[in-house]
Amino acid sequence: MTGARVLAVAALALLAAPPVLPTYYTLLLLPFMAYAVVLLGLNLLFAYAGLLSFGHALFIGLGAYTGAFLTTHTPVRALEVILLAAAVAGAAVAALVGALCVRYVKIYFGMLTLAFGMVFYTFLLKFYRLTGGDEGMRVLRPTLLGMDIGAMPKTDYLAGPYYYYSLAVLALATVVMWRVVRSPFGLCLRTVRDNPAKAEALGIGVTRNRWIAFVISGVYAAVGGALLGPPIGNVDPTLAYWTQSGNIVFMTLLGGFSHFFGPVVGAFAFIFLQDTVMSVVPYWRLIFGAILAAIVIFAPGGLMGLAARVRPIEASRS
Amino acid sequence: MGGVFHAAVLFLVSAGLQVVFGVQKIFNLACGSFYALGAYAGVSAVAWFIGAGGPPALFVLPLSVAGLLCGLVGLAVERGLLRFVYERDETFQLLLTFAVVLMMEDAIRLTWGTAPRSTAGLYLVYGQARILGAAVPVYNLIVIAASLAIALGIGWLLQRTAFGRIIRASADNREMAEALGVDMRRVYARVFTLGTALGTLGGALVIPATAAMSEMGIELIVEAFAVVVIGGLGSMRGAFVGALVVGVLRAAAIAVYPELEMLLIYLIVIAVLLVRPRGLFGSAPA
Repeated sequence: MTGARVLAVAALALLAAPPVLPTYYTLLLLPFMAYAVVLLGLNLLFAYAGLLSFGHALFIGLGAYTGAFLTTHTPVRALEVILLAAAVAGAAVAALVGALCVRYVKIYFGMLTLAFGMVFYTFLLKFYRLTGGDEGMRVLRPTLLGMDIGAMPKTDYLAGPYYYYSLAVLALATVVMWRVVRSPFGLCLRTVRDNPAKAEALGIGVTRNRWIAFVISGVYAAVGGALLGPPIGNVDPTLAYWTQSGNIVFMTLLGGFSHFFGPVVGAFAFIFLQDTVMSVVPYWRLIFGAILAAIVIFAPGGLMGLAARVRPIEASRS
Repeated sequence: MGGVFHAAVLFLVSAGLQVVFGVQKIFNLACGSFYALGAYAGVSAVAWFIGAGGPPALFVLPLSVAGLLCGLVGLAVERGLLRFVYERDETFQLLLTFAVVLMMEDAIRLTWGTAPRSTAGLYLVYGQARILGAAVPVYNLIVIAASLAIALGIGWLLQRTAFGRIIRASADNREMAEALGVDMRRVYARVFTLGTALGTLGGALVIPATAAMSEMGIELIVEAFAVVVIGGLGSMRGAFVGALVVGVLRAAAIAVYPELEMLLIYLIVIAVLLVRPRGLFGSAPA
């Protein structure tokens, strides 16, 4: 039960962080939690369904812009409503895009998702009346659970209520995803990944299962994207650019895609490593590129793969 | 006509992408970065040439030499990184080229700074020609002609030379080619260097008409991506037609309805991928 113990310690550490850690690092945990939600979804598609999306920034952008649009163009301020709207928007777009993409696998799937991502990016960039073009849109401070916290200083708001709200969302997302991958559906998905022909022969709908995984991962990415907006206070099209899609795949690989918590670890390592490197030299891409190359060549299992006694995702047979 | 110029440059980069994908089955995201590298190297070479008292009319010489020499970076990337992952899943190969994208972007910033660089004033050194009532810089025509010549040259290389036969054989059936005594390591190194050189040359040639910027690489890769999807992955003829389609359509969209610009291109890409995933000229089944 060492895994459960590590998890408990990590959860306690996250709970205790705001009063203990300097505010700076607490604020740094906000994008970590948002990306962790995104990556839980991305990895359902990548590790469990065997489909590498190079266009998931689309859903991050979609979620973030949903929040921006609702707070600036409508009277909606409640984060619950924003997250729900982002989830619905993510599901709707993923249902449509996914239906077209999951007919293909491997490089063609990656290329289609990349193309859809770029369509959305160009849309954000060009239709500036609706989206603010390359300057993006403001995200006004959302209310949490109906509490009136409009008068709080920004850092107190973010390091306090908003932090715990994000943590709760991440915890919920983790539990739900844990149930999803342990469900009969998760088992079907792995069968489809390992042997589509056999899965089909067993009566498992290959395309259907892939499509469901795509929709779930789209919802996760949109919810994570919606969480990204308020701490920055602004969203812009780079959130949906193809390099962003590349970065989240990088995070997944950094943590180790073959472990359930690998992507979460990857998001954490990526955010804090980026912050550390950028405080020393502005050229974080050079160093991160080298790290990525080293992982791909020497440690394809990522950080979780390096950590001993970590059980990989069970094969579909077990 | 601006569209055709853009298409000529786009063809070079896409051809580099195609030859690498055709033989090594790697979708090289870094080809855009090679293009940016060629552009910056071109600016520096021309600046050095003019500074050393070379006649401005001959600036295309140092420009193309610099572009071609940068192709050697491809050799370093292939030998130093890519060769370790040929046996791996294509996901890892794709990510390794993404790692090169990240590194190259900062390597360029580190070397040349963040301000745009250009070869001021040399663009119109050959004057302008009038074609169908529109003024077209003669330099554009030179690049279009050079690109056509390279297209024919690659066609000749692939169809008529021993090296071309080896490339085609390796692309068709790697194991069989290896069994027949082809040294795959050497073929891969050469093919990747060739692919890189096409990209860096494209970057060098575009530079008199525009300014070199550090983001130009990651922007061009998505256009080259559109080209190869429309034309068909791995096909040279596909790269040629695809580049024309993308270049001209983009120019037309900018003239008629600027909001549509790249949106139109990506919608075509999606349509092609859905209706005919192997593209117009591709042979590999999806």
